[in-house]
Amino acid sequence: MSAPTGRPEDGTPTPELQPTLELRGVDKSFGAIQVLHGVTMKVYPGQVTALVGDNGAGKSTLIKSIAGIHAIDAGEILFEGRAVSISGPRDAAALGIEIVYQDLALADNLDVVQNMFLGRERKNGILLDEVSMEQAARDTLSKLSVRTLKSVRQLVSSLSGGQRQTVAIAKAVLWESKLVVLDEPTAALGVAQTRQVLDLVRRLADTGHAVVFISHNMVDVFEIADRVAALYLGRMAADIPIAEVNRSQVIELITAGRSGDIGIAPADVAAVEV
Amino acid sequence: MSSALSAPTSAQEPGGAPSGFEADRRADSVGGTARAYVDRVRGGDLGALPAILGIVALGLLFFALRPETFLTPRNMANLADQAAPIIILAMGLVFVLLLGEIDLSAGVVSGVCAAVMAKLLADAGAPWYVSVVAAVLTGVVIGLFTGSLVGLIGIPSFVVTLALFLGWQGFTLRLIGEGGTVPVRDPVISAISDRNVPVTLGWILALVVIALYAALQLNRWRTQKAKGLAHSPLAVVLIRIGVIAAVVLLVTAVLSVDRAPATGVVLAGIPYAVPLVILLLLFLTFVLGRTSFGRHVYAVGGNAEAARRAGIDVTRIKVSVFVIGSSLAAISGIVAAARLGSVAPGSGGGNTLLYAVGAAVIGGTSLFGGRGRVRDAVLGGLVVAIIANGLGLLGTEAYLNFIITGGVLLLAASVDALARRRAAATGH
Repeated sequence: MSAPTGRPEDGTPTPELQPTLELRGVDKSFGAIQVLHGVTMKVYPGQVTALVGDNGAGKSTLIKSIAGIHAIDAGEILFEGRAVSISGPRDAAALGIEIVYQDLALADNLDVVQNMFLGRERKNGILLDEVSMEQAARDTLSKLSVRTLKSVRQLVSSLSGGQRQTVAIAKAVLWESKLVVLDEPTAALGVAQTRQVLDLVRRLADTGHAVVFISHNMVDVFEIADRVAALYLGRMAADIPIAEVNRSQVIELITAGRSGDIGIAPADVAAVEV
Repeated sequence: MSSALSAPTSAQEPGGAPSGFEADRRADSVGGTARAYVDRVRGGDLGALPAILGIVALGLLFFALRPETFLTPRNMANLADQAAPIIILAMGLVFVLLLGEIDLSAGVVSGVCAAVMAKLLADAGAPWYVSVVAAVLTGVVIGLFTGSLVGLIGIPSFVVTLALFLGWQGFTLRLIGEGGTVPVRDPVISAISDRNVPVTLGWILALVVIALYAALQLNRWRTQKAKGLAHSPLAVVLIRIGVIAAVVLLVTAVLSVDRAPATGVVLAGIPYAVPLVILLLLFLTFVLGRTSFGRHVYAVGGNAEAARRAGIDVTRIKVSVFVIGSSLAAISGIVAAARLGSVAPGSGGGNTLLYAVGAAVIGGTSLFGGRGRVRDAVLGGLVVAIIANGLGLLGTEAYLNFIITGGVLLLAASVDALARRRAAATGH
């Protein structure tokens, strides 16, 4: 993990800062239905980029394209400035892209350490190297200032929703990931647990990760995001520093694709809606 | 926005702000460990408790009813021989049950494999090792077949193994012939249940097992403590070692007493089936607990989708547990054949499977997948064998035998289901 990267007060990246992930003109269709239309997006290290959009706007398709689950039809994906082709979850993981899915994908009958290393266990010959795994898991959790777990040898089934989310996020960080995509991490949580997770997402960016944060909750978005990317009917309506917009403008971008001078040109909006 | 960049490290000063992992940092007291255990049991994680209570209660019951026969060294040796095939079959089923699958054909597969061995010994005159290898290979091939139907084609294991339950019985019948039996007279095979480990060697083995167990436990405790990992208090580790040592020494002592019915002959020592079961217990426990394969079995049983996303080949794991199950069924069939001295068309049928599934579930392996250990097969297998042995001593009629054994399995399955509901309710 690199040192905290530039996060200037106004949210504008310094000019020389290279985006961790850049999408250029990405198209994706399923049969006759085009879901993504020339989507362009930049995600910077050390920043939280909120990806917002109404249901069906293409958020899920977009992250599945980044995760390598869907192949894109046209356009380019640049990772740290290099054009890459991601043709499977393994490719994504090899680049340093980790996705934390909404349904978490943890095994309840295993403990925190076992879950964090699931599928990538450290070994000593044929023996599992429990010592180094437990230490690494605890180090990662400590780096993220997670203080809510009693023991890293607790079964995941005994954890609260917020703690599970924490473990899922820490699992993503463990793999020296550069880009972490979080799919609605606070959707099912109460107030206090949402607080924990939001703090964790913020720390994730502060430790140098590029973070994509999908959420429907504008309060959360405005609290932790540095940039906001709004999808409207498969088009990127805006991908801008959050300081340049207010809450009602973002809601307009989500629902109408345009707000004042920002967003898809009126002619295009009309074309989309026809 | 909370953007305090005080890069926290893992080395928190003790006594500072709450740093998390409190339970990992201090060695718990014995009382704390006991309280945590009681909490776990109340939360529905019963572990080995029902099986141990069952062994004690049934032991007392049959001792009260048949004081002159039940607890005699001769009956204890007999019990060990009786329990061995059940335990070995149940060990294989633990792997299958861990995935939430079932193998209803495991019993008759043990019959097929035993028949293959017996035919090779009797008709082809093959040496014992060739016959044993052939029987185990038969188990491997059968497991590959079953596993492929379940894992690759995706037929529910219940249906696949129900069909194979019938199919393999036909196979054994064809091999052996209607009404026939094939005798198993090879001295090495028969020795598994007829012969005993010499008394001195038995004591040496018992001490070696205890020393090894103590060394492994203490070494693990020391490493965990030195590296600041989660660990149990030393007293608990010592109590655990003490209990294991007491059980091993007691069993060795009972089985080392001369149990010959007539004077002038000496019949003493541990039946060879016991070290065989212990070897399998150690090896399979190692596989499940200390290798990534074992970890993946638990993961697939707990949440197959999470395992798949973590890059685990779920199909491969599914096929391999059926291979393990059928291979152990083969070994169980060999041990059963050694005990009975023959293989018949009905070998492995009847209540063989029921006993083994009952053993695994009574021992604490869940029918819903994700929870279970190899030792469950040993503890549960002892409970089942004690019931069968005790009812035999009482001379219970066959009909009652079936009803009682069926009832015990239902009881164990209810405990499992209730424990699971309780676990879901308390978040354990």
